Amino acid sequence: MRAFSYDRPDSVDAALRGVAGQPGTTTEAAVKFVAGGTNLLDLMKADVMRPERLVDISRLGLDRIEDTDDGGLRLGALARNADTAYDARVQARYPMLSKAILAGASAQLRNMATNGGNLLQRTRCYYFYDTGTPCNKREPGTGCGALTGVNRIHAILGASDSCIAVHPSDMCVALAALDAVVRVSGPKGERTIPFADFHRLPGDTPHIDSSLAADELITAIDLPVQGFADHSTYLKVRDRASYAFALVSVAAALKMDGQTIRTARLALGGVAHKPWRDPAAEAELTGKPASLETFREAARVLLRDAKGQSHNAFKIGLAERAIVRALAEAAGVEHS
Amino acid sequence: MSQPTGPAFQGHAQKQPAPPPDAMEVSLTINGSRKTLHVAPWTSLLDALRLHLDLTGTKKGCDHGQCGACTVLVDGRRINSCLTLAVMAEGRTVTTIEGLASGDALHPLQEAFVEQDAFQCGYCTPGQICSAVGLLEEGHAKSDDDIRELMSGNLCRCGAYPNIVAAIRQVMDAQPAANDGGAS
Amino acid sequence: MIAKPTIPAPLDRPGSQIGKPVSRVDGRLKVTGGAKYAAEFNTPGLAHGYIVSSAIARGRILAIDTAKALALPGVLQVFTHENRPSLPWFDRKWKDDDAPKGSPFRPLYDATIHHALQPIALVVAESFELARYAARLIHVTYEADEHQTDLRAAKADAFTPGKDKGGFQPPPKPRGDADRALAEAEVSVDLNFSQAVEHHNPMEMHASTVIYHTDGSLTVHDKTQGPINTQTYVCNVFDLSKDSVRVISPFVGGAFGSGLRPQHQLFMAVLAATALKRSVRVELTRPQMFSFGHRPETLQRVALGAKRDGTLTAVIHEAVQETSQTENYVEVVVNWSGQQYKCDNVRLDYKLARMDTHTPLDQRAPGAAIGVPALEIAMDELAAKLGMDPLELRLKNYTEVDPNTGKPFSSKELRACFQQGAERFGWHKRSHAPRSMREGRQLVGWGMATGVWDAMQGQAVASAKLGIDGTLTVGSATADIGPGTYTAMTQIAADILGLPIEKVSFQLGDTNLPMAPLQGGSWTVSSVGSAVKAVCDRLRDKLAGLAAGLNDGPLKGLKADDLTFADGFLIAKSDPSWRLSITEVMRANDLLVLEDEARSVPYYKSQMKHALGTHSAIFAEVRVDEDLGTVQVTRVVSAVAAGRIINPKTARSQILGAVVWGIGMALEEESMIDQRLGRFMNHDFGEYHIPVNADVHDIDVIFVEEHDDIVNPLGAKGVGEIGIVGVPAAIANAIHHATGKRLCDLPITLDKILEA
Repeated sequence: MRAFSYDRPDSVDAALRGVAGQPGTTTEAAVKFVAGGTNLLDLMKADVMRPERLVDISRLGLDRIEDTDDGGLRLGALARNADTAYDARVQARYPMLSKAILAGASAQLRNMATNGGNLLQRTRCYYFYDTGTPCNKREPGTGCGALTGVNRIHAILGASDSCIAVHPSDMCVALAALDAVVRVSGPKGERTIPFADFHRLPGDTPHIDSSLAADELITAIDLPVQGFADHSTYLKVRDRASYAFALVSVAAALKMDGQTIRTARLALGGVAHKPWRDPAAEAELTGKPASLETFREAARVLLRDAKGQSHNAFKIGLAERAIVRALAEAAGVEHS
Repeated sequence: MSQPTGPAFQGHAQKQPAPPPDAMEVSLTINGSRKTLHVAPWTSLLDALRLHLDLTGTKKGCDHGQCGACTVLVDGRRINSCLTLAVMAEGRTVTTIEGLASGDALHPLQEAFVEQDAFQCGYCTPGQICSAVGLLEEGHAKSDDDIRELMSGNLCRCGAYPNIVAAIRQVMDAQPAANDGGAS
Repeated sequence: MIAKPTIPAPLDRPGSQIGKPVSRVDGRLKVTGGAKYAAEFNTPGLAHGYIVSSAIARGRILAIDTAKALALPGVLQVFTHENRPSLPWFDRKWKDDDAPKGSPFRPLYDATIHHALQPIALVVAESFELARYAARLIHVTYEADEHQTDLRAAKADAFTPGKDKGGFQPPPKPRGDADRALAEAEVSVDLNFSQAVEHHNPMEMHASTVIYHTDGSLTVHDKTQGPINTQTYVCNVFDLSKDSVRVISPFVGGAFGSGLRPQHQLFMAVLAATALKRSVRVELTRPQMFSFGHRPETLQRVALGAKRDGTLTAVIHEAVQETSQTENYVEVVVNWSGQQYKCDNVRLDYKLARMDTHTPLDQRAPGAAIGVPALEIAMDELAAKLGMDPLELRLKNYTEVDPNTGKPFSSKELRACFQQGAERFGWHKRSHAPRSMREGRQLVGWGMATGVWDAMQGQAVASAKLGIDGTLTVGSATADIGPGTYTAMTQIAADILGLPIEKVSFQLGDTNLPMAPLQGGSWTVSSVGSAVKAVCDRLRDKLAGLAAGLNDGPLKGLKADDLTFADGFLIAKSDPSWRLSITEVMRANDLLVLEDEARSVPYYKSQMKHALGTHSAIFAEVRVDEDLGTVQVTRVVSAVAAGRIINPKTARSQILGAVVWGIGMALEEESMIDQRLGRFMNHDFGEYHIPVNADVHDIDVIFVEEHDDIVNPLGAKGVGEIGIVGVPAAIANAIHHATGKRLCDLPITLDKILEA
């Protein structure tokens, strides 16, 4: 951890003044917000992130969970992950989200981590964390250690030659499936970012994780009215039963009409630099009978461009099986 | 073969390093007493407890939020004290393992851990117990499997898990059933 | 005085403290945060060290620029190979009690890099955070050489080691002609195994706090399995006298072998303290816990031949393990395969291959934890081929003598383990065909295996001090890394002198106490316990003599054997109303304290005539998700024969914990190396997976009755290792039963199951 200064403003405006004028995206910023601290302080200790100043936003409010006028739910950016997961409205109307949050981290970390911070989690790639190794995400231009190294946990979709890291969040996979909207405040006022546009693929600039500007603050995450409470699930596959990052996870949500799928949402975690959605795979499900065959076909479509590395090719088959399992569970289809 | 490598691929333009940060004043309540500390922003709550306050009951098992040995209760909620800064705890109420017993009377969970032999080396134990206090307070655990899942943020290398579950179960069963239905 | 190899009656009498499920005597300290570990001794003016680790795996440091670090106010010094003080040249000065043959690693000795993450500098500063910050500012330029960290490649140059490390014998000479017998066998199996590197990763990271006294003497709080080992190392390396170095380590936050050798934080802390004349603490980070010894990567082949009726006709076990370039770490691995079953044709072969890694280090049941599962998986495969109950196959080839030596076992209640374990597990309900038990998408499998570990004893000395108030303090410079040594020793002492547990305290972890060997290999109860028994026997005799000498006393003329010691009284066996309290005996003799010291030495003569070992039978149930390959170990029964169990409560915990280790070994633990960098990559608790609470379900421990009056005066064999041995095999065999897939590469992660 490098030397940094610390400030605790008492309003959103004061917090924004603290980051005003910073160029670029929040990933690269020298002045950073800290709330839960669970990822940022970890990375600072590992010398991976080196902010010069921390602006503590943990007391700005922004921690409420409120109904929105259109029947959706607004999750305060500073509401804790645990409070969000156990919120009665979230559990009743967005059970997939609750399940996803509770599949992540530990009870202690969920008590600390905020919803906004969850979106800004950085990859758990070994090379990113180890400053003794090359990593384009940490040190642009040094190369990707994982590409020809130990890459069992790495991406099979949307990766580039510069980076094969994956996004580690569970919550974000469910938010992606729900078409959540990220509300941010910045120097020009408020704006909204559709969830699909919030995270990015690595391309040749893997050091940038998201589209959040360095002078912006996440204030809330809006959940649309459609929560798929009747037919959804979150399935996480990992190397131990708890407290491990996903090798593959699936958020599956369906709107059913009898045995026919009217609307389908499918998002994958652990496979790409961002929560992975694929309109073609969802279209493959729409209008079809809920059957294992349908689910397998959708999985094949979603994984059509999947590419394995030396240690992670198993993820392709695993993802296919996990998609089928999750969709079957969401649809209530007997899996045998 | 020569492969000169820099300070571990840290090609950042090497600015003159900033001087160490100055200490700030932090007031908080620890185990019922009001304390004022002078700590630099880079001091974790964990290190403040262990080094500044000599409350070494809270353990450092990884310093990265990956083991739970540093678990304490802040405003009644269990958290990893290694991943929060002492300055961020301004005005908070912190309870550590040293604050659970009242006088000679151990907290029921402390009693149960001894009785069930829910530890061996004892290093993860304060974190396990503080975590269990938080778990009971949260009220989400109903079954043994719930306890297992919700205690999975506390690693125990000695593998005392079955006895940890038994100890928590023992205290849960002795509690009045006040939590029914209220948790979620 | 040398303790006699007999078990005196008091140990077995009703009301004995031995065998009671006493709660840990140090439990209260541990649950209140009062137990102090190495990094928890705070002192005014304590300076903090932070270690800089090498980025390359082999080569040399060309330049190390510390200027920026030193320029920070509050940074006291940066120690490197360039400015270190003079250090001894001879290897023997760097040897410790667990050192194998070769040259021990010397931190900061020169510019040479031997392995990745090697410590190359120590920053010492006024605060921990400042030292950490300054460490980031050190700029190192290396010249890298080609490294070899790939065992499959290195094994081409494997060699056969000699007797290069204490506690391990080279494999016995072949008996019969195993290769021919294999070729001619009616039924045979031939399997190759691999075992990933595992790091000990005790919860407490290695740390040393060195308190510097004004007279130049040191008090060292070190994470160690042997305070005397730490003291010897410090004195030898830094040329200090034993009088000036006292090691005090009352609590150790787990070690599992990692504390058997002095780790480099000790060197660093002493170096800084003596150079700066200040108290210094150095604590490793979790990634740095992957920078020293580890359970070595191992490749094995086990081939078995049998007759159709299951009679073994051939056993071949070959193993290759990694060692460093500088030391011959051996754990032999294969020897138990010649000992477990009756077989006339056996060939055991053990080799080492040099790699550019740190020297491996004993980890819980070194050798056996790797080798026995390979044999036991092969036995399971053989049973499957024979269409035989795996348990039947083991019974068919059961042996009452050690075939390696022809010696009888001092005791071996393995049959009872099989019988009681199988009954508790419900083994007879097993449907033997693979994939024949399922629940929905979960394939259910039942597997079993046998475990074995050597029962050993070393020399130890214990002191005892009995006060006139009937309080007894016993001490020996052993450690308690978690097994419950404080408690077991307290029980032994209380038992012999007939005192309530509360009146007895046991001291350890202090070099001012009498000599004890390293705590490891399950021999602490055997070694130190025998010394405690010996010294308490002496006090007992003294008390009896004092009582007998009281002419007007009720016990006049009686001998120790005529007396019972209970509740603080000496009681005549012939008439229990004739009694004197310890206080009365001492007061009448004008004594305030009664002190003694005794050494216990293994009774080599009778031990030499026998094979000494603990045994176990493990039964495991798994559920394998057919789609996802995830494995849950839902049930384990471990039936253990380990002689007398001093404390069934803490002994059970040791077995439980070791089963959890076995689960980790079978399914999760693997230090993954990047061969291009020669570096372990998943070096933290987030990515090096040890079992979490949710991974562990029902574990049932049975201690079968086993009487042994040869193994040591207590008849107790120790249970630290036996619990893990065989568990990975039981799980792998259960996975085979569930899925029909024979997996021999540990850990069995879900990808291996899906792709098999």
